[in-house]
Amino acid sequence: MKINQSIAISENGFVFNPITGDSFTLNNTGIQILTMLKSGKTIDDIKEVIAEEYDVDDLVLERYLQDFFSDLKLNSLITEG
Amino acid sequence: MEKKIFERPTITRLTPGMPSKHGVGTAVAPVQFIDGLKVDDLLEKYGSPLYIFSESVIRKNIQDLKQAFTVRYPKVQVAWSYKTNYLDAICRIFHQEGSWAEVVSGFEYEKARLNGVQGEHIIFNGPGKTEAELLKAAQEGAYIHIDHFDELFLLARVCQKNDVTARVAIRVNMDVGIYPKWDRFGFNYENGEAWDAINRIMANPQLKLMGLHTHIGTYIMTADAYRIAASKLSELAASIAQKFNHFIAYIDMGGGFASRNTLRGAYLSGEDTALSFDDYADAITSAVINSQIKPDKLPTIILETGRAIIDDAGNIAGTVIANKRLTDGRRALIVDVGVNLLFTSFWYDHKINPTQPHSGLLEETVIYGPLCMNIDVIRPSLMFPPLKVGEHFVISRTGAYNNTQWMQFITTRPNIILIDTDRQTHVIRKAETIDNIVSNESVPDHLSK
Ligand SMILES: Cc1ncc(COP(=O)(O)O)c(C=O)c1O
Repeated sequence: MKINQSIAISENGFVFNPITGDSFTLNNTGIQILTMLKSGKTIDDIKEVIAEEYDVDDLVLERYLQDFFSDLKLNSLITEG
Repeated sequence: MEKKIFERPTITRLTPGMPSKHGVGTAVAPVQFIDGLKVDDLLEKYGSPLYIFSESVIRKNIQDLKQAFTVRYPKVQVAWSYKTNYLDAICRIFHQEGSWAEVVSGFEYEKARLNGVQGEHIIFNGPGKTEAELLKAAQEGAYIHIDHFDELFLLARVCQKNDVTARVAIRVNMDVGIYPKWDRFGFNYENGEAWDAINRIMANPQLKLMGLHTHIGTYIMTADAYRIAASKLSELAASIAQKFNHFIAYIDMGGGFASRNTLRGAYLSGEDTALSFDDYADAITSAVINSQIKPDKLPTIILETGRAIIDDAGNIAGTVIANKRLTDGRRALIVDVGVNLLFTSFWYDHKINPTQPHSGLLEETVIYGPLCMNIDVIRPSLMFPPLKVGEHFVISRTGAYNNTQWMQFITTRPNIILIDTDRQTHVIRKAETIDNIVSNESVPDHLSK
């Protein structure tokens, strides 16, 4: 999975994709995860950080991360590979 | 350190220059408590989904309704519309508050009698009364509201054959300037049919004309329609007094006051558009007082208000079963409350709130019920927080019609509880089991092995 490095993420969850011109908003967990992705963290790193900080079990986390990543893909913010 | 609540991560595309049809920033606050009790605890104890009624809200509503009329008019009587919600516990709260019963079938009539209502406090409406039902109602002194000429003739025959008299009124339909015009129930005012029916009744000594009735429709958002209706019934009453020197005991204005629910697809919320009881009361009472009826002969005003006094006393709490993404990218929630339990989702954009706080970011969401049927849509589109599987929500203002028009469809129906005025909870209808459903069935011998 590769993040589109040109995207801009603001602190309050505003995302801009200069290639497509699309903008988005993220909720708090969304900001945190996308920021980690952009800084080059692996999915396993991300899972570890989230599991440490939040009350969530592995299965639930896995399920909603997958969901989130497919939304990111759908919106061309990340690409497979 | 205590860990934080995990909210499902979300990303929502912003479409510049085209504000969402939902507007911006409509906050979806959590509904954690109903009458001071934690919704999550109630679900834990009684199962999900769960119908939750508030006795305090019911009592307050009926008191507010009565207050609005009694400050303007000397004689007012409320008759609880059984079809709106005929759970016995609910009906009995209204009866304790002084309401009569307004019924539209032999079944509802029996229910009212079993709830301790005397015949002389029952208003019997509806186009489909049987001969046996008419006889019983006549014998018990109920007010029989005649719907059509065939019923008038049938009742006359029943009274003659059994040598009883009946207390009657006629239902009148009329043009009150609103659409749709309800002309399928009762006798028409404008074409003289109502006056014709009145003359036939007055000519029959076994039929005692007690009142005049109308029900102009439901969820009526203009008080003027009631002013017109009350004026027309008052004119009829004055004509009866003039021709027969007979003074009717009551004018029954039916139901139809709007609740604060939002009609499906309406641009403005029902919370902003609903009239107050004072608005309706003002229109009705001034029309009667200003009519040709003499002040010492003013009839009682009867109200059959349904949804406006029960809707916001009822809630359905439930649980998220699944999250989905539709092919157009929109989010869908599958929840355990379907249209089988929430019939009114066909008319209303029901208010839905999570039971727990969330970060505030909302996604465009479709809420589906659990039924394997395309019609099972609770909300076709709303801005909603990203609930996870197992999280709870409350659908509010579900008290009217859902426990009477519900469907035993695909699955059984859940517990219904009442929170009393001391915040004690009571199951007022327990969850159905498969036995309840199959016990009336029978299998012919040739199919039983
Ligand atoms: C004769 C009659 N009275 C009262 C009602 C209650 O109406 P609402 O719930 O709109 O107040 C109805 C509902 O259809 C009705 O048919």
